[in-house]
Amino acid sequence: MLIGSGPIVIGQACEFDYSGTQACKALREEGYEIVLINSNPATIMTDPKMAHRTYIEPLTWEIAAKVIEKERPDALLPTLGGQTGLNLAMDLWRHGVLDQYGVEMIGAKPEVIAKAEERDQFKAAMERIGLECCRGQTVKSIDEARQVLSWIGLPAVVRPSFTLGGTGSSIAYNKEGFDNLVRRGLDFSPVGQVLIEEAIIGWKEYEMEVMRDRDDNVVIICSIENFDPMGVHTGDSITVAPAQTLSDKEYQRMRDASLAAIREIGVETGGSNIQFAVHPQTGRMIVIEMNPRVSRSSALASKATGFPIAKIAAKLAVGYLLYELPNDITKETKACFEPTIDYVVTKVPRFAFEKFPDADPTLTTQMKSVGETMAIGRTFKESLQKALRGLEIGCFGLGSDSKDLWGTAEQPSDDEIRSKLSVPNAERPFYIRYALKAGFTLQEIHELTAIDPWFLDNMAEIVDMEEELRRQPSLSALSDAMLRKAKQFGFSDRQLSHIFSVNEFSVREERKRRGITATFKAVDTCAAEFEAYTPYYYSTYEAEDETPAKIPGKERIVILGGGPNRIGQGIEFDYCCCHASFALREMGIQSVMVNSNPETVSTDYDTSDLLFFEPLTTEDVLNICDRIEPIGVIVQFGGQTPLNLARALATQGAPIIGTSVDTIEAAEDREKFQQLVEQLGLRQPPNGIARTMQQARAEAAKVGFPVLVRPSYVLGGRAMEICYDQSQLERFLGEAFAASQGQPVLIDRFLEDATEVDVDAVCDGQSVVIAGIMEHIEEAGVHSGDSACVIPPYSLPGPVVQEIREATHALALKLGVKGLMNVQMAVKRENDRPVVYILEVNPRASRTVPFVSKATGVSVANIATKVMAGLSLAELGFTQEPLPLDVSIKESVFPFNKFTGVDTALGPEMRSTGEVMGISERFSIAFAKSQVAAGVVLPTSGHIFLSVSDRAKQQVVDLARRLVELGLELMATQGTALALAAAGVPIASLKKIQEGHPNIIDYLIDGRVKLIINTPRGKGARTDEGKIRAAAVIYGVPCITTIQAAQAAVKAMEALRTEEMTVQSLQERFARLAPALVQETARPSVTP
Amino acid sequence: MPLAAKLALEDGSVYEGYSFGAAGETDGEVCFNTSMTGYQEILTDPSYKGQIVAMTYPEIGNYGVNGQDVESGKPQLAGFIVRELSRRYSNYRAQGDLHSYLQKYCVPGLSGIDTRALVRRLRIRGAMKGVLSTTDLDGDSLVRKARGSPGLVGRDLVRELVREVVPEASRDWCEKLNPLTKLAPATTLGATGILPISGATGILPVRSTTLEATAKSPHAPREGAAKAPHVVALDYGMKWNIARHLADRGCRVTILPGTATSDQVLAQNPDGVFLSNGPGDPEPLDYAQDTIRGLLGKKPIFGICLGHQLLGLACGAKTFKLKFGHRGANQPVLNKLTGHVEITCQNHGFAVDPESLPAELEVTHVNLNDDTIEGFRHKRVPAFSVQYHPEASAGPHDSHYLFREFVELMAKA
Repeated sequence: MLIGSGPIVIGQACEFDYSGTQACKALREEGYEIVLINSNPATIMTDPKMAHRTYIEPLTWEIAAKVIEKERPDALLPTLGGQTGLNLAMDLWRHGVLDQYGVEMIGAKPEVIAKAEERDQFKAAMERIGLECCRGQTVKSIDEARQVLSWIGLPAVVRPSFTLGGTGSSIAYNKEGFDNLVRRGLDFSPVGQVLIEEAIIGWKEYEMEVMRDRDDNVVIICSIENFDPMGVHTGDSITVAPAQTLSDKEYQRMRDASLAAIREIGVETGGSNIQFAVHPQTGRMIVIEMNPRVSRSSALASKATGFPIAKIAAKLAVGYLLYELPNDITKETKACFEPTIDYVVTKVPRFAFEKFPDADPTLTTQMKSVGETMAIGRTFKESLQKALRGLEIGCFGLGSDSKDLWGTAEQPSDDEIRSKLSVPNAERPFYIRYALKAGFTLQEIHELTAIDPWFLDNMAEIVDMEEELRRQPSLSALSDAMLRKAKQFGFSDRQLSHIFSVNEFSVREERKRRGITATFKAVDTCAAEFEAYTPYYYSTYEAEDETPAKIPGKERIVILGGGPNRIGQGIEFDYCCCHASFALREMGIQSVMVNSNPETVSTDYDTSDLLFFEPLTTEDVLNICDRIEPIGVIVQFGGQTPLNLARALATQGAPIIGTSVDTIEAAEDREKFQQLVEQLGLRQPPNGIARTMQQARAEAAKVGFPVLVRPSYVLGGRAMEICYDQSQLERFLGEAFAASQGQPVLIDRFLEDATEVDVDAVCDGQSVVIAGIMEHIEEAGVHSGDSACVIPPYSLPGPVVQEIREATHALALKLGVKGLMNVQMAVKRENDRPVVYILEVNPRASRTVPFVSKATGVSVANIATKVMAGLSLAELGFTQEPLPLDVSIKESVFPFNKFTGVDTALGPEMRSTGEVMGISERFSIAFAKSQVAAGVVLPTSGHIFLSVSDRAKQQVVDLARRLVELGLELMATQGTALALAAAGVPIASLKKIQEGHPNIIDYLIDGRVKLIINTPRGKGARTDEGKIRAAAVIYGVPCITTIQAAQAAVKAMEALRTEEMTVQSLQERFARLAPALVQETARPSVTP
Repeated sequence: MPLAAKLALEDGSVYEGYSFGAAGETDGEVCFNTSMTGYQEILTDPSYKGQIVAMTYPEIGNYGVNGQDVESGKPQLAGFIVRELSRRYSNYRAQGDLHSYLQKYCVPGLSGIDTRALVRRLRIRGAMKGVLSTTDLDGDSLVRKARGSPGLVGRDLVRELVREVVPEASRDWCEKLNPLTKLAPATTLGATGILPISGATGILPVRSTTLEATAKSPHAPREGAAKAPHVVALDYGMKWNIARHLADRGCRVTILPGTATSDQVLAQNPDGVFLSNGPGDPEPLDYAQDTIRGLLGKKPIFGICLGHQLLGLACGAKTFKLKFGHRGANQPVLNKLTGHVEITCQNHGFAVDPESLPAELEVTHVNLNDDTIEGFRHKRVPAFSVQYHPEASAGPHDSHYLFREFVELMAKA
């Protein structure tokens, strides 16, 4: 049995899909039967072909126990599912489930996990082997904490035990702050413990990836040096592999420490990650922590070296020795060695602070990044610049692009630079460049940032190169040697075009004319010492190119991935890209993956026939196309990233396959789309386009309030807002224009109280098959990526669903879609009659594709890929809409606990990071499962706080009655309380926050409120209700912010009184489904 | 722009890059090393005599050079090739930069070439003779010179080294291992303390000791160690860390040049004899083989690298030249006696031929990558040796136990 890591959250992303998928494949290969539990449907590992029994069920010990009871696994491998997997395994052990069913924990025993994870045990273990830890102690109360502070002194780190990605971990600089942090930490820790430690801010930070087999053979896979010193969570740091500034003496000392640590802790088999801090002047080395499992850094180390850590860890767990396993890359040598690399790897985190304007953007020991990009270059300079353009934040390297403030009116002053350097933040690398340009010395910058001078000087070399380039009169005047050197320093064509004020493609032409073209080098684990059979390449500017020649008779198709995870674009798109690759391989076509995200399955060495670990920019993709001469490039699976490149790629002659670029643009183009909708006799909410504030005001007046304001060409509802009146409109327009970056802003009439529907369909140009129709639980206006949705529709009448089908068919055929298409619609009751409105059409893979596949058993992305490669739906045998027997509900998961103080009310701007799925024959139980899986505990007793907007007052009465019948006690602020009391519902009235104590916040702190139902009247962290919602996050109380979700929750609570949640594997569900599918084919097909 | 420099190989290929270190011209066998750390140890390892070494890791010079991380008194190799020479170094132990270091010791360096392309060529075609020059940039001329270079096969580099480096007279060794080699408590490593965020690191740390001062220190007069086992180390180009290890194990170490006879060794009345590493082809070193034959069975013997090959030859085995050698710090070796794998540091272009191994030698260690012999022991007399470098430096410390075993063997004898 394997445990997945659940929904994508900050600190735990696709890397555990990568590790779990590798483990499934590795163990299947050995003939084991695999039972997998994971609540996240967007994963490759939960594809029914990966494990023998796949349970998409909540990751609680109670549910996992049911799976164990049913499947009776022999062993549980807990080390590949992140902290979630490890914690769940420990829970199962503590509750005696493993003993009861005789399940052996392999990889790491419970005692070992406890020894590595519990600070005091860990520290004692490290002291036994002569290693120092940070001075400090674990405490269970504020008094104990103060006691510890008296001997370690300020600043001090407060770190809650057993949390993901260092949740709740912070540095206290004064006594008052210290007390607050301790209180919060005690709450956050699932075991009510926090660690108080001496602060070692500014020390150099390193990580070592270690593997051990059952016979005590130990190897180091990779060393990693953090660019950002101690004080910034390693997940938020720029990190570099291998370590750059350690001499062999110091490196070997760290290696000795790592070996001693894994042996002392006793991790039997598999990978571990050990973090060290080194004092920059004295070399004093401290062990920070150890993860006795495959971690995010393991994924990075795997991608950085080509060594498949998760796969080998799985094989070691079932008893292999390191030297019995082959190195897949070299074939002739064994997995028992230490990879040596002949390039530099740089990982840069990607943040999403623009989604959380109230959050503190300072980087601390609590992880805040939502994704990462990795780049490979022959030098740190090259890899850093590649990584910065791979971030996809509008930068094309270290400055000299449209985001560059230097030389503009907004050029930062020395004081601004100083403040941006002294406090860690996402923009710091760019401010280091400004500092260098402003004439700061390396010593000054080092003093402000504590970043190692070696890294700083490499950045200075980049800046020196830039200055040298700027001194040249023109691009054509540039010598070949200097142009080549600039490319070797990682300068992109875009940066050069910016420096020389020419078009990016002129740079490309000039370069090619002079024969300065990208070469591709292999990632081979051994620095070319052995012949490699690797599919894994990166670009650089060197003499020799190693790209493999075309195999005669085998065509190549390029799949463009999604780049770093961000809110709105993550694992769902990686899932689609992987399936595209699998589908192409099934067709005998060489699949060529291009991606820069080290967390993903798509960048695993055996997912595709060729893997190019490259930034997703026009230049990098064209360079690849130049070398490998593909017959097709797929842009519709990687989210917005490849779509944004499509036009430029097509113009430069890249063979985009599937839906044409014109069609993609037609769907995005307001006017063209409006005409199309009209021609088809469909309806759209009244809307308009504005290029100026003036136009926007006029359009809003024409369309009528409430209006939805949004920039075009953005993903995840960036800067999208609903405005109920002129003042709100004025407030949000500015932001919308800023986010749209020169593209127009769209103004739609907002449909109040409408039901939103998502449809995924595949079209081959001739016929259309709907893959799934999803009804949202939250009303229209909540971003589709943030709302819960249900397959099949649970409240829409049959004729409406039929109308939705027909509209989808008509749109797909009219647009000429070839591949996937997603349509968003809204159903609004008007004059007592449901009216279907078309909100948006996206002729590409949507976020819901994996969910639809898991709900229906149909691999939609696979079919769509084959359609793009030229097969028809009829040839593929996919002619009927799959109709599932079960109810599947997708629920979203939010990162609010990382951004304290942020209002959690849902809106048109997407803020969720991940998703879970609940499946059952009944809606209520499926919803209950989705809530449990999302970490929302539906209470069976205690107080519920109600506070609803006037619009919802009517609906809340029924809801409140049912809650009382369930035995729950209600409390509300005056308005809601009066309304309910008037309707005869027993309810206690509470003071508002500004009315004094005790108010709702006091009840939250005391833990007396178990659930909050609060539908927003206004939004923002400064409003009273915003404060309540933010406080709910801090005190871990679930807060439901829409009436529809509250109704579903009450249904679930009612159902749970009489019914238990049962578990069933996807394989069993789909086996039941198969005959149903056959029956379906007998019915006449639905065509427009 | 720095000066241009070129490397030419005997197969006619020419690589153009930039000069660093000393200007001039040098020739030798071109080989590559896959260690990602430890360039200073590699530079000063006498086994690299007559070789031009290319590092596969592209960023070199990052942590500078210092007075401690040396394996002999000066850089020994003929030339040094890197992809990217670090413009500035950063490390608290650094005392100078790589470029000046090589310049001072007259070692020419070449940077800025596609080292991976060079390595792939060497891997596919085998080690080749080459010339590195900053003075002659004519490709054809350089290729001719490369072809004329003497190469390593059949050449007695030990005698050249004895003349150049190894003092003729015997000397005693007292320097022990760098404290960093052990997981020692922090106090031995210097001050502890918390760095305030504004604290200056100092980009060029000032040190009171100079490079020379520490580099010359190990041969200080020995102090009374009456009961300590006395080891005579035959120096064919010994890495200092071997002597440090022996001293650290409590041995009294006397170093004799590799040309010493068995009588000269026995005259010291040692408890054991150590056969060191050294450069080049072991076969022409018949005097060394004679010496070993004269010691076998009389004194416990432990050999490393060239010492291992010489022990093999002395026992009747043959050696052969590997295609491109083993040079790096990640070579997996299986200890057949324990079943455990050691990650080892290696530097050899020749190896003992398993087909030729006499029955009295028992293979104890094998290379997991290519199954070559990595160690054997004599079945009748106390003698054992390994092809790899248990003293590491640069490299992992997995095989330190062999020094303990040597001390135990001497105690038993």
